[in-house]
Amino acid sequence: MSRFDPRRAGMALVAPAMAFVVAVALSSVVLVVAGHAPMTAFRSMFDFGVQPDNVVNIVNKASGYYLSALAVAIGFRMNLFNIGVDGQYRLAAMCAAVIGAAVALPGPLHILLIVVVAVIVGAIWAGIAGYLKVYRGVSEVISTIMLNYIGTALAAWMLTPAVFATLENNIVKTPDLPESGWFPGFATSGGEVYGFVVVSALVGVGYWFLLGRTRFGFDLRATGMSEPAAVASGVDVKKMVVASMLLSGGVAGLVGLPILLGASHSYGQDFPAGIGFTGIAIALLGRNHPIGIAFASVLWGFLDVSNQILDLEGIPKEIVTIMQGTIVLAVVVAYEVVRRWRVNSEQRRVAAQLGGPQAPAAPGPATTAGVA
Amino acid sequence: MTESESTPHAAVRLQGITKRFPGVVANHDIDLTVVSGTVHALCGENGAGKSTLMKILYGMQKPDEGTIEVEGRQVAFHSPSDAIAVGIGMVHQHFKLADNFTVLENVILGSEPGSAFGLDLDAARRRILEISDRYGLDVDPDPVVAELGVGDRQRVEILKALYRGARILILDEPTAVLVPQEVDELFAALNELKAEGLTVVFISHKLDEVRKIADAITVIRRGTTVATVDPREVTTRQLAELMVGSELPSPQTTSSTVTDRPVLTVENLTVTDADGRALIDDVSFTIHAGEVLGIAGVEGNGQAELVDAIMGIRASTGRVLLESDDISNESTRHRREAGVAFIPEDRIRQGLLLEAPLWENRVLGHQTTEPNSKGGLIDRRHARADTQRIVADYDVRTPSIDVTASALSGGNQQKLIVGREMSGQPRLLLAAHPTRGVDVGAQAAIWDHLRHARAQGLAVLLISADLDELIGLSDSLRVILRGRLVAQADPATVTPEDLGSAMTGAGARAEGAA
Repeated sequence: MSRFDPRRAGMALVAPAMAFVVAVALSSVVLVVAGHAPMTAFRSMFDFGVQPDNVVNIVNKASGYYLSALAVAIGFRMNLFNIGVDGQYRLAAMCAAVIGAAVALPGPLHILLIVVVAVIVGAIWAGIAGYLKVYRGVSEVISTIMLNYIGTALAAWMLTPAVFATLENNIVKTPDLPESGWFPGFATSGGEVYGFVVVSALVGVGYWFLLGRTRFGFDLRATGMSEPAAVASGVDVKKMVVASMLLSGGVAGLVGLPILLGASHSYGQDFPAGIGFTGIAIALLGRNHPIGIAFASVLWGFLDVSNQILDLEGIPKEIVTIMQGTIVLAVVVAYEVVRRWRVNSEQRRVAAQLGGPQAPAAPGPATTAGVA
Repeated sequence: MTESESTPHAAVRLQGITKRFPGVVANHDIDLTVVSGTVHALCGENGAGKSTLMKILYGMQKPDEGTIEVEGRQVAFHSPSDAIAVGIGMVHQHFKLADNFTVLENVILGSEPGSAFGLDLDAARRRILEISDRYGLDVDPDPVVAELGVGDRQRVEILKALYRGARILILDEPTAVLVPQEVDELFAALNELKAEGLTVVFISHKLDEVRKIADAITVIRRGTTVATVDPREVTTRQLAELMVGSELPSPQTTSSTVTDRPVLTVENLTVTDADGRALIDDVSFTIHAGEVLGIAGVEGNGQAELVDAIMGIRASTGRVLLESDDISNESTRHRREAGVAFIPEDRIRQGLLLEAPLWENRVLGHQTTEPNSKGGLIDRRHARADTQRIVADYDVRTPSIDVTASALSGGNQQKLIVGREMSGQPRLLLAAHPTRGVDVGAQAAIWDHLRHARAQGLAVLLISADLDELIGLSDSLRVILRGRLVAQADPATVTPEDLGSAMTGAGARAEGAA
């Protein structure tokens, strides 16, 4: 996020490209072993994926993925692992659906209320993990996973007809939002694109601005790069942990809204689950960068949508799951390889530009120095 | 076991060893011959290349050029296990022991006796006791390591190396962590080892100790061996000159600029560890505007804790006043904003964001003040401009302010930190080893900056292991020992030798036991 450096940008692209190539290669091997022609499979996926209605579908899916990955990335930038985005967005969507259906307000206000409720619920659910980490020393990895289960159970309980749900045609769901709470979409030849896509993009811009340009973002990134250095620089790490968990949870609260406000208008048993975990993979692939995450979200959406054609071709669509898994694995390895290579090449470049050997860089352990 | 012979032969012979790291030559043309059955000391300043050389000898790193001979046979190590196989053992400065294992378990860890399905602990115990007896190490195999003192742990490390068949022992800064009595015990053990025909390579920069124990001393300066001398024929002063070279710049401050306006007042400051043991014990002192207060002490006697407590990084009791403001309960950020600057002892850990560009490292620690930020936003333009100023004024050698801090050499990293901390006209500077690892020219420049700021009324708390630097820069001196300020000294009259003995407690007992 510093000023544009073509060399650095080029290297940033090397890793995901490498990972994608490795994933395609490995999936091809699996396809060949299973007796299918890889090129045919990939071509039919591509042809299917670029049909207008599928493009709309991909963009709509990507908008949720994008928010989920941003929520995860906020934690990642600070070395916090918010594994609980899944529980956070489902609980948030549930509460937002219930409250949104219970009130009647003029259009924009109604939507605003639903959004605020979702953000607050997501933030509270993640904030519990932040609080536990700071004041009880509980690893946020453990607590957010646990909170996923509790959140799921809580949402399931709320989704019983005795509590907030209704039973219509054998489907359990919350009452529908009044139309004033629907987020207007964009009509295209392939169907309606969620209007919430715009909100997702704005959150991405906000993420970039907050982390790259503000003092809070600097403190957050400093804490992620080196906690002792951040502490010595005056960062209150406890406050930062709570603040960034609240922020991460708040963004997580938005994850279910593209669907809730744009399509389902209610929270039911078929409300999509697992987007929080997908977000982890996408944040890794997109390198916690708002633009990288955008590309990764679209790629994920494309893979999710286009795999549906494979069954028709007689190819098991699980091949795509293999591909997604390989991408994540390969990207983690590739980033580390590229990172090491970059550090070395930069040291060499600096040394070369300064001419001749320098004094040894002694990242020394604290030993006693010379008594002369 | 090699017996000493009438004609001494080399246990280790290194010839023309050169090791390059990206952008850095850590060792070049090292020649070293260690006679079998002797204690051979390797002296040099921090960053002179001692550690790299020992890593090469222990197989942790491969030299780019040069040969290694062990007992007359040329060897090439790919890993420490190759070195162990030819009889080389290493005792690291930071012990590599599992605290919750017993001594016995630690010793056999990695070379467990018996079959794959059962440990033969009795055999191991017998061997440990036998080695302990033979070399007078006095090691009990049964206690858990966590219960042992530092000196005991060190002997366990030595025994561990001997258990693996070491005939050549490398000891890396073995006395850095020991109190004087423990040093005597260690030296007794080393003499025992020597008498049994073992060879010891002893890395240290404590010249008095080196002269006491070593049979030969090799001095390393700037990555190469400059001389091998007989300890009986050289003085400590001569050794020091060999170590730093003759162009030794003087850190003398010319005239006193001390005023009577207190800037930092510390009253009854106490820092305890998790077990309630005092790391800083009831410390009080005052630093006035224009005054440099030097703290002398063997590292690990509470210097880091003292600085951390004044910065507000570590919890403490007692009072800390900046001029007349009680800042005892203020946050680190508040203290920094109030004008406390901090050059940390461990720049990699506390002073830098290695993966961030230089200009972001300029912002670090000064996030809330101009020119780095304005109204909650980072002011990139002014922060970058000010980084350029520091790079120019402090001679930070870098092609640009956009390279990451990790690309710079240690000395240049340090110059950036010093420049950063001297920015914004601080009232108080806490400087821990401000010139550690920088080259001689940069050292003189940093001293100039410190002197200049002192003349402008800066109060400085200076912690340094370089006694000449301490004596030369300080207006007054205190000695810290086990968390207490045990002695005072006047830098105008004190010698490094006096200070050295006070640091170990020898001279302090009479003066400051109260």
